Amino acid sequence: MALLERMGASPETIGIGFLLFTIGIYALIGWLSRTAEVDAYYVAGREVPAVYNGMATAADWMSGASFVALAGGVYFGGYPYLGFIVGWTGGYVLVNSLLAPYLRKFGCYTVPDFIGTRYGGNLARLCAVVVLVVASFTYVTAQINATGTIAARTLHIPFEVGVYLGLLGIFICSMLGGMRGVTWTQVAQYIVLIIAYLLPLIWMSNKLGYGIIPHFSYGEGVQRIAELEAQYGLAPAAENIGGVRVLTTPANAPAGAGWGMVTLAIAMMTGTASLPHILMRYFTTPSVRAARKSVAWSLFFILMLYLSAPALATLTKVNLLDPNLATSVIGKTVEEVTNIEWVKRWSEVGMLAVADQSGDGIIQLNEFFMRPDIVVLATPEIAGLPYVISGLVAAGGLAAAMSTADGLLLAIANALSHDLYYSIIDPKADTRKRLIVARVLLIFIGLAAAFIASLKLTGILGAVAWAFCFANSGLFFPLVLGVWWKRANAAGAVAGMVVGFGVGTWYLWSVFAGGMEPWMGIDHLRFGIIGMPASLIAMVVVSLLTPAPSQEIQDMVDEVRIPSGNTILGSGH
Amino acid sequence: MADNSAQNRAEHWRKTRNLTFVIMALWVLFGIIIPYNADALNSMSILGFPMGYWFCVQGSLIAFVLMIWFQNWRQDAIDDEHGVND
Repeated sequence: MALLERMGASPETIGIGFLLFTIGIYALIGWLSRTAEVDAYYVAGREVPAVYNGMATAADWMSGASFVALAGGVYFGGYPYLGFIVGWTGGYVLVNSLLAPYLRKFGCYTVPDFIGTRYGGNLARLCAVVVLVVASFTYVTAQINATGTIAARTLHIPFEVGVYLGLLGIFICSMLGGMRGVTWTQVAQYIVLIIAYLLPLIWMSNKLGYGIIPHFSYGEGVQRIAELEAQYGLAPAAENIGGVRVLTTPANAPAGAGWGMVTLAIAMMTGTASLPHILMRYFTTPSVRAARKSVAWSLFFILMLYLSAPALATLTKVNLLDPNLATSVIGKTVEEVTNIEWVKRWSEVGMLAVADQSGDGIIQLNEFFMRPDIVVLATPEIAGLPYVISGLVAAGGLAAAMSTADGLLLAIANALSHDLYYSIIDPKADTRKRLIVARVLLIFIGLAAAFIASLKLTGILGAVAWAFCFANSGLFFPLVLGVWWKRANAAGAVAGMVVGFGVGTWYLWSVFAGGMEPWMGIDHLRFGIIGMPASLIAMVVVSLLTPAPSQEIQDMVDEVRIPSGNTILGSGH
Repeated sequence: MADNSAQNRAEHWRKTRNLTFVIMALWVLFGIIIPYNADALNSMSILGFPMGYWFCVQGSLIAFVLMIWFQNWRQDAIDDEHGVND
């Protein structure tokens, strides 16, 4: 590609080339992984080595929100937004300690499969399916939205067309091979997205003199920003411009913000441990020990990006703010700034704006407007890197959004086909029929998600935070107590799911749409903090008021707690 | 030496549970207590970063990975000791 640029290919051609090349690779892997076996379709035959499962989980995990929106959130949100960084990594400690090895031993295909078998009864299974579908669907619309945005920008097509084009790519990866296809495309997508994230960062770091690995040295940048913030002053804009904002939150000022930061982190950590598309990745390993090992690898691969996001936010901010650098915009004249190539390009699409509202002819900090989501995508241009890097970043963002959408669509379709259709509606269905139902559902859910995404109802980071809160409100305690509390029974689990999910949703609605004043600063991004305690109380109280589970189920829990022996649910169940 | 007696299993589960409690305590420390007190920690400096900020963007994250590696290493030893590894 770099060669093409030198040969005089236009930037557009290079961008399109990158996108089509990577999608072609994913499609090839999807085709090679096609399968007609239930075990292969649902859990990749339980033969994915720990390291590769770690990579696949990392891609599954890091969505458009992590890749595109996280650094921008940190750039504009400062310390409170670091709750996303701590929350989206610390959750893996919960996954590893409380759930992954035990669910692997259980031998389930889906998360509701565990709930349905552990507690017994179709009602519990059905409740789990409902929570799973709502949480994952909220999440997947955000991913398809991100896919559409990137495809639209790079290929110069309307957003709505980009959405369906992105969906087509997602289908190619997941339809034929199910979990097996998704696993190996996700491994490829991880490699693409991590290179696309690290390369511009390292390049920029070297340009600014922070060394080859900026992670150890960008502390100076943090301190430089504090000086510059004090020098310019963080004032709100004189006049707001829709869709874009100025920097008002200091990068590092935690005084008094601890509660907001920690509640966000807790909501994201427990959400991590309740999201079915992540948990089901650990059903694919060959053993319990490998499941644990792959959690460690997952977090290792995830850290590659999460350690970099705040570095990227910091260095980009230094680039823009520091008047000693050629790349800066603040303090320059209006004419100079509006003539910068990338300022023009992003202003055209309404994602950036400069307005000399004070009328002094100089761009002040509160006169430079930007949409948070573009920080990562625009960084290569801001730092003056060649355009080929921008094409790479677009391909990386697409890989991140597609890989997560794959995993989520598969989680929804599998829950509906396995838990609703096969376990509840037609338990006698044969293998062929089951897999056809699974694939048909996949198409319908994908189309529905693309339709919702094309309506552009929510931003990326907000929708993702909601998905986490739906998941932890409804599923966290029923899952954890299913392993850790033998006395938990079906009535308790149903109460936990219904009350937790119900209270959480009610709170979200009241705060977001009903105009209710949030309790103790718990806003709509972290409504799981309200839903989870409600779920716990309901589950414990109802379990204790109703008879203990049968001896058979208690023995099952004992069996889950040791790694050796057969899985609870047999192969092909 | 697959010892399937109830006593062996109870002992295995007791050790597993204690290990999990230790990890959960560390999780509360690095995931909640330290980020909450970032302001106080910022008065100190580490590797050129204000310390509170450093923990939120690097220190706690690295601690999470090390905790998982440590837990898996100990859990494997516990499983082997009681003959229940798979």
